[in-house]
Amino acid sequence: MEILNYIAANWDLIVIRTGQHIAIVGVAVGLAILTGVPIGIAISQNKRAAASVLYVASIIITIPSIALFGMMIPVLSLVGHGIGYVPAVIAVLLYSQLPIIRNTYTAITNVEPALREAARGMGLTHFQRLREVELPLAVPVIMAGIRVAVVMNIGVTAIAAYIGAGGLGVFISRGISQTDPRQLVTGALAVSVLAVAADFALLGLQRLITSPGLRDTARATV
Amino acid sequence: MIRLEDVTKVFPGAAQPAVDHVTMEVPAGEICVLLGPSGCGKTTTMKMVNRLIEPSSGKIYIDDKDTNDYDPVQLRRTLGYVIQQIGLFPNKTIEDNICIVPDILGWDRSKSRGRAAELLEMVALDPKIFLKRYPKELSGGQQQRIGVLRAIAADPPVLLMDEPFGAIDPINRAIIQDEFLKMQATMKKTIMFVSHDIDEAVKMADRIAIFSEGRLVQYDTPDNILAHPKNRFVSDFVGSDRTLKRLQLLKVTDAMMHDPPSVRAEDTLATAAALMEENGHTSIIMVGPAGRVRGYVDLKTAKSTKGKVGENHETLPTTINVTEDLRTAVSTMFRHDVAWLACVDNDRIFKGYVTLRGITHLLGEAHRDG
Repeated sequence: MEILNYIAANWDLIVIRTGQHIAIVGVAVGLAILTGVPIGIAISQNKRAAASVLYVASIIITIPSIALFGMMIPVLSLVGHGIGYVPAVIAVLLYSQLPIIRNTYTAITNVEPALREAARGMGLTHFQRLREVELPLAVPVIMAGIRVAVVMNIGVTAIAAYIGAGGLGVFISRGISQTDPRQLVTGALAVSVLAVAADFALLGLQRLITSPGLRDTARATV
Repeated sequence: MIRLEDVTKVFPGAAQPAVDHVTMEVPAGEICVLLGPSGCGKTTTMKMVNRLIEPSSGKIYIDDKDTNDYDPVQLRRTLGYVIQQIGLFPNKTIEDNICIVPDILGWDRSKSRGRAAELLEMVALDPKIFLKRYPKELSGGQQQRIGVLRAIAADPPVLLMDEPFGAIDPINRAIIQDEFLKMQATMKKTIMFVSHDIDEAVKMADRIAIFSEGRLVQYDTPDNILAHPKNRFVSDFVGSDRTLKRLQLLKVTDAMMHDPPSVRAEDTLATAAALMEENGHTSIIMVGPAGRVRGYVDLKTAKSTKGKVGENHETLPTTINVTEDLRTAVSTMFRHDVAWLACVDNDRIFKGYVTLRGITHLLGEAHRDG
């Protein structure tokens, strides 16, 4: 009851911090798509490059977020952004690389060789094959990678409150330091709800941009 | 026309060339089937024509133009390509699949979509139903028809087909082959067709090129390949029943005795007997006023009985259309336990006889002069 009262009394604050949270994750994952998808496509041409890029991306994802924030403080201080929004976006951008690059790479390399050969044999250029066939077929898998990145990084962003990036993590960090369960639970709840809601929204988007020919629900054949 | 001059392909690291000094020409408007066991170089040969594989040496010309003078991508747009795995793009509708080459060539949309509907009509698929469907909603046979339509959508003069009907069940395969031959009769494309199935080759080909270990062993018409296999490899490959296979290639008219004697109902049996003896026959066909087959009289009856043909004729167990192949003719003879058949045209007008002996003679003739 106490918690519900707290939520009702602080609704405006929750909305503001949710906005900050989305601004970090949205911008960072957006940038990660712009870098990760082309990297994933590029490494699908070369097995050895793919192995090393995926290896580096896997190492990055194992660095604990709090340690990553700590490491970035001295580096980004040089440009006056040691704490706050910028390091939070960079951390999320780095963590998003692995799921997005790996899923793009897997999706492109798994395109049936027969489709590739048919496309080549009919005189489609490299770029046309990518645009007409390979990317449309890869959409569901790439979107799955993006969803993993978003859900995971909504959690990571909660920790960015410790470097002054704002967002829903502020409720959690204040709840801990002030031993205030109301704030702590509100923060945790809001982060979970945001993660679930984002996943559903992206799933909807995924369905929307996937060709009907690739969906499972087929009309009966004649 | 496709011409290969001394074409060789050695894959890096391979001891043997995959294709070894092949020279051949596919005349315009003909179907040439490249035939041979797996690994004989037939597919590699075909893929060198559209430069999916680059030859190690030798030249390939299409209508006297060196394929090396083209940009490979431009070259492929002028050559239709059909593969066994079909390779329809699952993300595109049937309409967009068919129109893929017209689209990249920048055709006007209404023209290309009109063409897609026209092509679907040609293979008896209703455009209203199928244009907006996706490949997964079609059966294998329907998908392969679309695969062929996609290859001819931009009306390329040359088609390359890599075992196009290989993955289809035998019944549908025969239907699609017939359908394709009917289309080819009007399209007159120059076609290079890879197959490992001798029966398919005999059915489809104007010429058959038999490959073994990268070499072109024999290049000839189906009938000549079956009648005069050049060596042991070819005769083994075409099979010990190659003479029976030839029956499929020959029509009833090829073995038929033309302008045979016949009698009418009002003729006397004596006339019939005289006619038979004159020609050395043991039976004679009775025709109606318009020349349609009505029945027959045999020599024994004609000699032992008096009267008119019309009162003493017997009915024929069966007849055969002159457009049928000899395989059907022989099969009909066996089924009805007879040694000869009366041949008729579509109006059942009597055209001649075909006899088992005549067929044997025809097949033997080609063997002897070889």
